[in-house]
Formats: sequence, C-alpha cells, structure tokens
Amino acid sequence: MKTFVGIDLGSTTTKAVLLDEERKILGRGITNSRSNYDTACRVAGQEAAIDARFTLFRREFGDDGEAGRQVEEFLARLERAFRLEQFLEQLGDLQQTCMEQVTGARFARVADGVRQAIGEVFAQLRAEAPALFAPGATRKSDFFRDIAGSRYLTIAESVAREAALPYDLLLNVYDKSIIAVENRPPSDNLSDKFDAALKRVTAENANTDREMQAAVEKALAIELEETFLVGTGYGRVTLPFSKEHIRSEILCHGLGAHMMYPNTRTVLDIGGQDTKGIQVDAQGIVENFQMNDRCAAGCGRYLVYIADEMNMGLHELGPLAMKSAKPARINSTCTVFAGAELRDRLALGEKREDILAGLHRAIILRAISIISRAGGIDDEFTFTGGVAKNEAAVRELKKLVAENYGEVTINIDPDSIYTGALGGAEFARRAAEGRLEGLDP
Amino acid sequence: MKITISPKAVAKDVLKDASMKKQKEMMAEHFDRLADAGHTGAKVASTFVPGNLNELIMCFDLVNNLPEVNAIQSGMRRQSGAYVMEAEKAGHSEDVCTYVKSDIGMMAKGNIGPNGRKLPSPDVLLLSYTGCFTFMKWFELLREQFKCETIFLQTPYMADGTVTPNMVAYMVKQLKEDVIPKLERVSGVKFDIDRLREYLKKSAQAEDDLVYILQSARNKPSPIDAYFGGIYYIGPIFGAFRGTDDAIDYYRFLRQEVDQRIAAGLGPVTPDGPMEKEKYRLVVEGPPNYTNFRQFWKMFYEEGAVVVASSYTKVGGTYDFGFRHDPSRPLETLAEYCLGVYTNRSLPMRIDMLAAYVEEYEADGLLINSIKSCNSFSAGQLLIMREVEKRTGKPAAFIETDLVDPRYFSAANVKNRLESYFQMVEQKRGGAAKGVAA
Repeated sequence: MKTFVGIDLGSTTTKAVLLDEERKILGRGITNSRSNYDTACRVAGQEAAIDARFTLFRREFGDDGEAGRQVEEFLARLERAFRLEQFLEQLGDLQQTCMEQVTGARFARVADGVRQAIGEVFAQLRAEAPALFAPGATRKSDFFRDIAGSRYLTIAESVAREAALPYDLLLNVYDKSIIAVENRPPSDNLSDKFDAALKRVTAENANTDREMQAAVEKALAIELEETFLVGTGYGRVTLPFSKEHIRSEILCHGLGAHMMYPNTRTVLDIGGQDTKGIQVDAQGIVENFQMNDRCAAGCGRYLVYIADEMNMGLHELGPLAMKSAKPARINSTCTVFAGAELRDRLALGEKREDILAGLHRAIILRAISIISRAGGIDDEFTFTGGVAKNEAAVRELKKLVAENYGEVTINIDPDSIYTGALGGAEFARRAAEGRLEGLDP
Repeated sequence: MKITISPKAVAKDVLKDASMKKQKEMMAEHFDRLADAGHTGAKVASTFVPGNLNELIMCFDLVNNLPEVNAIQSGMRRQSGAYVMEAEKAGHSEDVCTYVKSDIGMMAKGNIGPNGRKLPSPDVLLLSYTGCFTFMKWFELLREQFKCETIFLQTPYMADGTVTPNMVAYMVKQLKEDVIPKLERVSGVKFDIDRLREYLKKSAQAEDDLVYILQSARNKPSPIDAYFGGIYYIGPIFGAFRGTDDAIDYYRFLRQEVDQRIAAGLGPVTPDGPMEKEKYRLVVEGPPNYTNFRQFWKMFYEEGAVVVASSYTKVGGTYDFGFRHDPSRPLETLAEYCLGVYTNRSLPMRIDMLAAYVEEYEADGLLINSIKSCNSFSAGQLLIMREVEKRTGKPAAFIETDLVDPRYFSAANVKNRLESYFQMVEQKRGGAAKGVAA
C-alpha cells in the first residue's frame, strides 16, 4: 500500500508519521536526534513503520467487544515480544562492537579478561531483558541508549569487581561503542523480527488463536511503499533531501494542528529550542507567525536544564510543580540565569515546588508574548510540542490564556509532539497527488 | 547540532556588474580623499546619512565623512565585531546602537578606514537631522573626543504628515543664522549661494535617474533588487557624491545598465550570477544586516525572492514622491530634503508608503527586518506590519537581525523564518487560486 511519510527533525527528538491514502495515521515513531540526523531520521521512520504494522493488525482484526479485548491483549503481547527482539538485536550489535574495541596497547595484558567480562555483562543483560519487556514493566525510557546504558553500567561494575579488572576499561569500551551503534542505520529486517516475536508469543501461549496468527501474517504481507517523504525541522538542511521534499516547520505545524483539530485558528508550539506562535485559517493555511528571536530562552531546553540542575527527571518536573500553591515570581527565562535563580531561592528557603511552578510560569509568559506578537489567540487554540506534555506548563498556560483572552477552547493532543511530522506527511500525500509542490490545499 | 550554513564562508568569484565596480571605485576614491586630508589640508565635516547636506558642505570645500557608512564598511569587512567589543570595554552597554559602538571602537583602535588608511579627525560635526535621537548622543560623544565645532540643525519631526511653511522657515533661519556662519568660520571659505545652486542642479539630475532605477522594479521580472542591490545604488547619492558630476555619470551609467536588463527580460545580478527565476516579489522595511550581508542576500535569491521596493533606500532622501533638490530655492530645498527623509516620517506615513509600495510594485508581501539595537525605528514595526497586511491583504513577516553586531545574526533562525515566509506566500497563493476557482 502507498504510504506518505512526514519527518520532523527536532533539536531533541526526531519524529515520523506515516499516513495512508485516506489521510489516516498509520504509525508514529520517535527517537533521540543524537548527533546524526540521517540515522535519527531512519530510526524514526522505521519506528513509524513498526507502529503502522500494529495499526494494520488492528484493521485486519476489526475491533468489537470481547473479541476486541482479546485481540488487544494478543497485540500487546506481540508488541512486547517484538520490542524484546529488537532490543536483543541491538544488544547483539552493541556486544560485537564492544568486542571490536578491545584492541591496542591498552588492552595488551588484559584483552582476554576484558572480552570475557564483556561476554558476562551481555549474558546478564540478555538474561534480564525479558523482564524489561514483561507485562506491566516500566522502562525509564523507550530509547535503546537509555535502557541498555544504565543497566550496562550497573552490571559492568560488579563484573569488573569480581574479575579484578579496572571498571573504567569496561566503561570506556561502552562509551565508544554506544556512539557507533547509535549512529549506525537500523537494520531493515523488520519481518524477521515480527516472525520471531510471533513465534515467541505462540510458544508462550499454547492457546494462541490460529485465526489471530493468520491475520497477523496477512497484515505482515502487506507491503508498505514509501510513496513520498517530506522533512521538516531544524535538521532538514543536513539531509540529502531535494527541495521538494522539505517544508518549513511553521507550515507543517500549522497543517498538523489543523488536521488534529480542524477548528484550530491559533497554534502554540514549544519545542526544544524554539517557540512558535502560528495563526492558521479554516484550511490550515498559515496566515501569520512569530518565533522566539536571537535566543532560545523559555524553550523546552530550559526545562531540561532545570531538571539537570535539580537532579530530577524531565517528566518529574511537572508533577512537582503541580504541588505548589504559591508559585514564586520569576521573570527571567534565560536558561543560564535560571540555574543561579534556582540555587539562590533554594538557599533562601523557598520550596522546590514553588520555584518550579514559577519557572513554568516564566516559560509560558514568554510564549504568551510571542503569541501576542503573532496576532493573539483566536478560538480554537491548539498547544503542541514536547512542553505540552508537562501538566504544570499547561496549567499556567490555561490561566494566562483565560486572563488575557477569556473563554477559549484549548486543544492538547497526547500525541502533539508529532504535529510537525503529521503536517509533513500530509504535505507528502498532497505532493504525491501532484498538487503544486504539496502546498496547494 | 550541525548546520550546513557557515557564517564565515567566503564566497568565491563574486560576480559584479559594471555599475557595481564603478560604484566601488567611487567609494574607494572617496576614502582616499578622506585619508589624504592630512596632507592636502582639506577640512573634514562629519555628518549623517539622513539629512546630509552634501551640497552645502561642498560649498565650503569640506570633505564629507559619514560615521554610519564607516560602520557599514566595518561590518561588511568583518571588523565591526571587534570594534563593538572595544566600545563595550570602554563602557558602552550592550543595548546601544551598534553603528555607534562600531564607530567608537574603530576610533579607539586607530581609526583605520576600509582602505587600510587612517581616517582624519573631523573639523566640524554637522548634525542636520534629529529624527534619530541616538545621532545627537553620538555626536555628543564625538564632540567630547575631538573638541571640535558642533552644528546642530534641528529638523522638526513630520508628526502630522505634512511639511508646513513654518517648519521650512524655521530651518532656513537656522541655516542662515547658525549653520552657514559656523561652516564659514571652520572652513575659512565664504558662502556662495550660486555655487550651492550649481550643486543642487546636479543633485536633481542624478535624483531623476535614481528614481527611474528604483522604479524599474515595477517590471516583471524586476531588473534590480531594490534592497540588497539598492544598497549599492544609494551609496553615492546618500553619501559624498550628491551634487557632483561623478554622481550624474554613475546614475546615467546605471540607468543604461538597467535598461539593457529590462530589454533582455533579465532579473537582478546577484553575487552568484544573474538571478534565475523571480518567484517572490517583496517589499522590505528596515536596514539589512551588514555582518553577514552576502549570506543574508543569498537566503533571498536562492529562493527566487527579489526585493522590489524598500524603505531603507529612502533613509537618505525620499525622491519617488516627487521631491527634487530645487536650485531656485536653495536653502528651502535643503530644509525640505531633511524633512522628507524616510526616518523623519511618522508611523502612519511609513504605513502609507509601505502599503503603497506593495500595491504599486505588485509585491507578494511585506518583510520587516527589525534591528535589535535600534530602538527608535523598531518601535511600532509590528503595528506597521499588521496594518499593511490588513490594507493590502498580502502576508507579512518579521525577522530580527542587527546592523553591524555579528552576535545578533542567527543564520539558522533567519533562514528558517524566511523559508517559512516564502512557503506561506506560496501556500496563500494556492489558497487564493483555489478560492477564485471555487
């Protein structure tokens, strides 16, 4: 079947969306942008293709009542099994790369020992892998680097101790290898992994319905043809895309938001390094826009930095800030100053949640200023980008919108991080139809 | 993150048309004249581009030195960054106009001009335009430094959009009672009004050709870029050449060149050669960025965008609404010239002018390049943008850079916005076409 791909190469993450000919979303994929946009682009695209397979499975089954629930359970098992297969494959690649690093004078005396230790570390990693993908298991991140990295470091430490090897040798091998592995294009054999996953599921559950198995096999047989691809985002210039495959992220975000919420007139996107205020018309055509200028104060990176400063996870900031009843007054959105402001206030005895709530408010204040320069907020208002996932930021936004613009419908889609990629995919679909460079609605 | 555009990239084999070469020669000649002033004994008047009274200055055999032009030259030659920092070291804050800081820094570092030779100290500072308050403060600093004669010709602001006889009379009185006597004293040359008339006659002649050239952008495709190319075109007339035979020759020559391009149906010449296809016609408000001038220009011509009219090419005189220097009313015409420059026009006048340009030049929209370190002219630009958008129905966009401070040029950001704008124009065209079809 024909598919249309939109890829949004952001400064933090790279997102891909796959559309079908009916403009329906087949799949979404996301990965960390790393230092290699080319690979990030392929990984995100592949992730979207994997997600698309599951959409096709669901379509094959249809979803109704009790049978639907069984299907969902089955598909959830299949997905966990697939992710496990994928993880094991990457683990294998990482192990081999680590082994290849064990050369040169540094390892002259200990090469065999190090190789053995690496073998042991990976054996343990493989052994605990199924538990990582067991039902109900929570993973710190969905990115291979994060999952494998934290476990490798823990296991390597004890293995090194037992083998009386310097830990930093194992650390060094890992550091060099993970970069190589991460920047390598992903392997293409998705169907092999699906086959292996299916086998795993049937082996674990003897009573797996033959019909379900057949349906999955049927859906797997559908070929996904990448008919047209459109790239957007800051990384777009580095890609070997020709001009007709590149669209401005402003246009993509405008169109993506329009597709999610057709009544959208104003879009706010807060991404890793920029904040965009966009006005669109009833067709999703951009009428006006403003972006942060000269500096990225008050963007997503600000929160990343704050999280680092507070030694917290990015996703923990919002919930803590929500506990504040009395947000601190913080006006500066300079990311560098924020660290000083934070320490200063902590030293003065202000509560962490109050400071955090104040920092969230500062970001939103800046976003509101950008929107007002883009012509203000018209009903309906759609908030997108990574920061839209942060409940404290959303709370401040709602307050400020109500104060400044009164009653306005605010749309926030849980998948809003894919807005730009979605718009890109629709441009790709239009371009494939031969419409004026994909710009003619 | 890797961005393929490198701000330090040096373009090879830059293509220049003959008029551009001629212009460069004239400018080089002028800088030599300034550098030679020490030996020739010529006296030097420093003055600003808006409201510069070159004809009057020449009446006293004074050589015209323009600090903003020096700052622009420093920007183009990638010297201004160091100058700006030098001025900051001397105590000028980050928010101060970067023309001022580049100038102050250049003097602190030996006052070396673009030809690599030392520029002379001014014998007189002639401030003939007051719409930019910073100019006054700038000269205050220079007066402190050079302890020379300072002349302050007050130009009333065109707040109501009209020049009244009182305004002209007020300025003529200042010219007669203050400006001319002081210039006589500094130069030791007696004022001769017939000599002034002669220069004014020559000014008007060159002005006719300048208007013809700038208005040639009404053609499709436009044979010129009225912003990036326009900056070269205004150099002689906004500087030390207005009222000279050189200026007459240059604009006659340029006009012929433009005529040839029109006849051949050619677009403007860019540093990478003749422009291929005109895809977007823009009106631009605000000065360009000079530290990354070529890179900035490239972001336009690579996308097929041509600037067909700009307000910046009117800062040293607005001629396209009919004003010409008039030798029959020599002092009055100088006053009217100062009053009419773009920067002395009120916000509503600027809106009228830009909206008229969008219509008259059949532009796709208005682009504003807002200058970080210029508070007086950045104020109100968003209002201008919205109003022009409303009146013309054409999309507008806003970018931000700086004059000569390289720290405020973020190439990826500017390019991102420009590309978005061009695609927005295209998308709206598509939308409009569909609307018509429906």
